[in-house]
Amino acid sequence: MEELIASVIRGLGIGSTYALLGVGFVIIYRATEVVNFAQPALMILGAYFTAYYVFNLGLPFWVATLAAMVTMALIGAITERIALRPMVGEPPFAAAMVTVGVFIILLIVAFRLIGTTVITVGDPWGLERMDVFGIRIFQVDVAKIVISMVAISIVGIFLKRSRVGLAMRATALDQEVALAQGVNVGRMFGLSWAIAGALAALAGMLIGTGSGGVEATTAFIALKALPVIILGGLDSIQGSVYAGLIIGVAESLTRSYQPEFAPILGANFDVVVPYLIMILVLMVRPYGLFGTPEVQRV
Amino acid sequence: MTGQPSTTLAPKASRATRRGRPELYTDYRADQAIWNTPAKRFWTAALVLVGLYLPFTLSRDLTGLLTLVFIYAIGGIGLNLVTGYAGQVSLGHAFFLGLGAYTAAFLGGEPSGTVRGLELDLLIWLPMAGIVPAFVGLLVAPLAARVRGLYLAILTLGLVFMGEHLFKEARTFTGGPGVGRAPAEPVVFGYNLYARQTILGVELPRESVFYLFCFALMIGMAILARNLARSRWGRAFAAVRDRDIAAEVMGVPLLRTKTLAFVLSSFFAGIAGALLSVVIGRITPENWNLLLSIDFLAVILIGGIATISGSLIGAAFVVLLPRGVEWASGYVPFIGGAGGSGFISVFQLQGILFGALIVLFIVVEPRGLFGMWLRIRNYWKAWPFSY
Repeated sequence: MEELIASVIRGLGIGSTYALLGVGFVIIYRATEVVNFAQPALMILGAYFTAYYVFNLGLPFWVATLAAMVTMALIGAITERIALRPMVGEPPFAAAMVTVGVFIILLIVAFRLIGTTVITVGDPWGLERMDVFGIRIFQVDVAKIVISMVAISIVGIFLKRSRVGLAMRATALDQEVALAQGVNVGRMFGLSWAIAGALAALAGMLIGTGSGGVEATTAFIALKALPVIILGGLDSIQGSVYAGLIIGVAESLTRSYQPEFAPILGANFDVVVPYLIMILVLMVRPYGLFGTPEVQRV
Repeated sequence: MTGQPSTTLAPKASRATRRGRPELYTDYRADQAIWNTPAKRFWTAALVLVGLYLPFTLSRDLTGLLTLVFIYAIGGIGLNLVTGYAGQVSLGHAFFLGLGAYTAAFLGGEPSGTVRGLELDLLIWLPMAGIVPAFVGLLVAPLAARVRGLYLAILTLGLVFMGEHLFKEARTFTGGPGVGRAPAEPVVFGYNLYARQTILGVELPRESVFYLFCFALMIGMAILARNLARSRWGRAFAAVRDRDIAAEVMGVPLLRTKTLAFVLSSFFAGIAGALLSVVIGRITPENWNLLLSIDFLAVILIGGIATISGSLIGAAFVVLLPRGVEWASGYVPFIGGAGGSGFISVFQLQGILFGALIVLFIVVEPRGLFGMWLRIRNYWKAWPFSY
């Protein structure tokens, strides 16, 4: 029982980082109808900058995290301005391919900066555990859940309550009408990329905490956020939060129990579980759990 | 328009009438022919002759590189059928390449240790390397036909990851991660296509022999694809790509068209994968990852969406670019060798250029290199008038 609960909490921890990445995807998708394949690379760079600010500039951990988020927000906004702005009005597939190109470039930059080493981000949790109702769980997992949920809530409240958030939602609804109402649509595109970049940096920091650490190849693991957004529906923030948690827990449970109960599925089966869940759900619901079906006119 | 072949209505224009007017078409069939202008006929023949001559003069290294171009072209044509012509974005091409490679390796490779191999003839394993992926494509297609656009892209992305896991686990066929296995032996009736042979009295190295084989196969498959693209099914592909609901209303069976696109694309991918494995020499499950899929997407994006010759140009570009960068890096400062002494290494520069070119082509010239060629051609065609 204790193993089960520990496994679930570990899953929720991983899942909440997926949710963070997923929310970044969804915000960009809603604003520009682009699936940003570069998000995992932004995440890796975010982890790198956090580590850089902590160890090379000697900033305190929290300041370094915020600074890394700002850095990645800037990089995100610049990427949007250079590579994605000319794609407004082009088919979504073309724009998505542009982000694949950006992904490759940023990934190589990450390889250049990180090399083959594993970087840690200098987090205060390390491998410490704490007791909750007699069950010993890693502080890291609790930190991941709390920080992600706080960040997502802040983004949610910002979108719901603030004037700029309203403008962003208007842009997501209809770009031209928003433009006619005086919204600076281009700035909203940049802003959504900046938010996504910042969330990616935060996710990168969280993935780098605890025992794990971040390598440049972690970017491929972060592609798991793609099944998360498909499962939740491409345009639903709420959906990506639920889907992130579902997939995180499913993955963690598979890791704990599959070698014992279904060894025939092979080593590291948990790596494929997100994709398997995604395909099963797509068979039943082609627009994910919370996605809006596309209205088609001939 | 009425469905009647118009050849019955208009007599074929005489040679004298057509002289100096290469674009005078008096019937639909002539308009839709593969080589519908004399210039195309001439240049195709010239390029084929050059292609046949090259392996006798080029170095083994360059011949091998050009062979790789043809193999990438076959795979690229396959991806172009499903993504370019039928508009179904697929990131799962690497999976089908891997499936073809392992089918070939199982049927045509040598057994060693725990890895199985049947050592059959190329005439058996090469078609099977296409048919098995095509069959898997047939199984995947109904699911893929249910989802559209970006959902499909990510679904096929899942295929790559699940395929990689499958390849890693099926150790008796693939040798397992990090170990790999030897590929199929390209032997036809005891005649090895990847060994030193004497052709027309000239002794050729194994690269040249395999070059000629891949060249012939590429031409055959390109013509096959081009013919398909201008057939009834090719028009159905284009209709589905442009507006799938409108196509359905006009009586194009959506599911069947999409399925056919996936099956054909997987067939081409399987053949390309089998040939690729022969060139690579030793294949591991890690060969067939997402980056390979992106390579093929780059082939069609840089070459030109929905063109067969564009796929070939794109393949040449993608395969030759790293070599070109390597060559040029000797003349440019700040670029270190493989050791990583300079500001960035050659490999990093290759990767960055690759990514940047994908972005640049989509932003600046969405029709790719083929589109550039069209623009240049149309400019000179109308010269000295601007249009």
